[in-house]
Amino acid sequence: MGDPILRTEGLTKRFGGLTAVDRVSLELYVGQVHAVIGPNGAGKSTLTNLLSGDLPPTSGSVWYRGRDLAGLKSDEISRLGVGRSYQKTNIFLPFTVFENCRLAAQSRTPHAWRIFRRAEGFADINRLAEEAMEAAGLAARRDRVAATLSHGEQRQLEIAMCLATRPRVLLLDEPLAGMGPHESLRIVELIGRLAADHAIMLIEHDMEAVFSVAGHLTVMVNGEVLESGEPEAVRASPAVQMAYLGGEELLDV
Amino acid sequence: MQQSTRALTLTLAAAALLLLAFPFAESKFYTQLLSKIMIMAIFAMSLDLLVGYTGLISLGHAAFFGLAGYAVALMTPQYEAPDLWTSLPAAVGLCAAFALVTGFLVLRTSGVYFIMVTLAFAQMLFFLFHDTKLGGGSDGIYIYIKPEIRLGETSLLNLDDARHFYYFVWIMMIAVYGFLRTVLRSTFGHALLGIKTNEHRMRALGFATFRYKLAAYVLSGALAGLAGYLAALQFGFVNPEILSWHQSGAVLMMVILGGMGTLFGPVIGAFAFVLLQEMFSNQAVLGAFAKHWQLLMGAAVILVALYLPGGLAGLLARPGRKKAIEADDG
Ligand SMILES: Nc1ncnc2c1ncn2[C@@H]1O[C@H](COP(=O)(O)OP(=O)(O)O)[C@@H](O)[C@H]1O
Ligand SMILES: [Mg+2]
Repeated sequence: MGDPILRTEGLTKRFGGLTAVDRVSLELYVGQVHAVIGPNGAGKSTLTNLLSGDLPPTSGSVWYRGRDLAGLKSDEISRLGVGRSYQKTNIFLPFTVFENCRLAAQSRTPHAWRIFRRAEGFADINRLAEEAMEAAGLAARRDRVAATLSHGEQRQLEIAMCLATRPRVLLLDEPLAGMGPHESLRIVELIGRLAADHAIMLIEHDMEAVFSVAGHLTVMVNGEVLESGEPEAVRASPAVQMAYLGGEELLDV
Repeated sequence: MQQSTRALTLTLAAAALLLLAFPFAESKFYTQLLSKIMIMAIFAMSLDLLVGYTGLISLGHAAFFGLAGYAVALMTPQYEAPDLWTSLPAAVGLCAAFALVTGFLVLRTSGVYFIMVTLAFAQMLFFLFHDTKLGGGSDGIYIYIKPEIRLGETSLLNLDDARHFYYFVWIMMIAVYGFLRTVLRSTFGHALLGIKTNEHRMRALGFATFRYKLAAYVLSGALAGLAGYLAALQFGFVNPEILSWHQSGAVLMMVILGGMGTLFGPVIGAFAFVLLQEMFSNQAVLGAFAKHWQLLMGAAVILVALYLPGGLAGLLARPGRKKAIEADDG
């Protein structure tokens, strides 16, 4: 598969006495969906925040295309090509669906300082926004104000905005949570298609979805990596079975 | 929505034209009063760019207003008229530079700290001019003669003439409105609104939000400087009062009273504020109570805040906004 496009080394995040992410080392490759599962509180969202620059790590490092991301802010990491979606929907509620995506696409273009031209007047930005809406299944909702969308549609918009920034690496934090079965299927198919030329980290509770697209599976518990490897092998691992059988959730796929 | 925006545009255009006809009908007193209001409207629009479109609530905006006033007063030799061509760009440029430098510091803070730090900068400037001889101390400086633009023997524009001054200010106000409207429609303007709505998400999308906020701060400071320049010319003097925190508070009230984030709202707010101030402080209307005009002004602001959350502009624009969301729901 060649070199990983993004990898972490001993990545650790402590909140006071709590170690939310504990010495995590993982690799993301273009062409592969890397699923991360684990019970609530395992540290999956915190891991995403460390990769995207939303939070600085306590120790350890993140490397993107051979470059240490230490000290870079989230906007710089985003512009390098690492895009993310949020578990807790994080969109521009008063704006239309199109404007949400257009704004996302705008961040990629050099027109930002053309102050005497209308924002909607740039064909390249508009095309990126339209494509992202189309891919996420929101084309019919183009002119709706985001606040008036259903919860599931807002989740789709979350993904569309991430796509509109044209990332090479996608960090998707529970993208399917709150989505209807029809939309879920659509997004899983989309993730499968995107995997061809993107590196994707997928955090997800829906095991059927995970096993249908993941090429690599990491299980986290209490901030630590419990097991990581080829999905079928990880599922069969005694440690994983124990952890899941011991807890509330059943790994029953 | 199309229809209601068009109706609004027509209303605003009609109001602007009405203002154009005003000096022919009315007295010099009112011509000067309206000039003052239009200057405050420019000042309020400049603040709306920060408060209403970028989400930065400044309580020190008078710093730019006053700085430009002092700049023109200090640049002009006594008993000479300021040269419009050099002093206007110089005063505005100085304000932009001051905004650039202070912006680097104040924009590192947010929320209530931003309010405090902007206030602190304005207060430092206030005491600089109040306590040193730099700008004539608390007495200030007079600008005895107003600029004139001549073409050979004919005077094209004589700002000593109340009507000329009025039209000059009218043009500036319309130009600033048009300029800001254009800027706000651009990708830059949309990015500012994105920052106001959800700065965290803007950063995650790859926007270097600090740079955008700094640009807005500089633009806003420069335009406030334009207003302060005009005010200094109109009053014929500057003293530390024009950069006091009362002044910063007054312009913020105009923005809120008129309706922030609408651009035309702060213009309405400037009219409402100055006219109410005239009325409440008029002894012929309120007798001895006129001394306490601030009390009535406070009550007016409270009433608007309670019953018109969108400000006076909400009276004009709200039906349109509601319709837009309903239409989208269909
Ligand atoms: N900003 C924060 N401050 C303090 N504790 C946090 C913060 N963010 C997350 N945590 C804690 O870190 C742990 C991991 O949380 P999280 O990464 O959200 O887990 P997951 O996404 O796997 O459910 C939890 O115990 C959570 O309470
Ligand atoms: Mg989570």
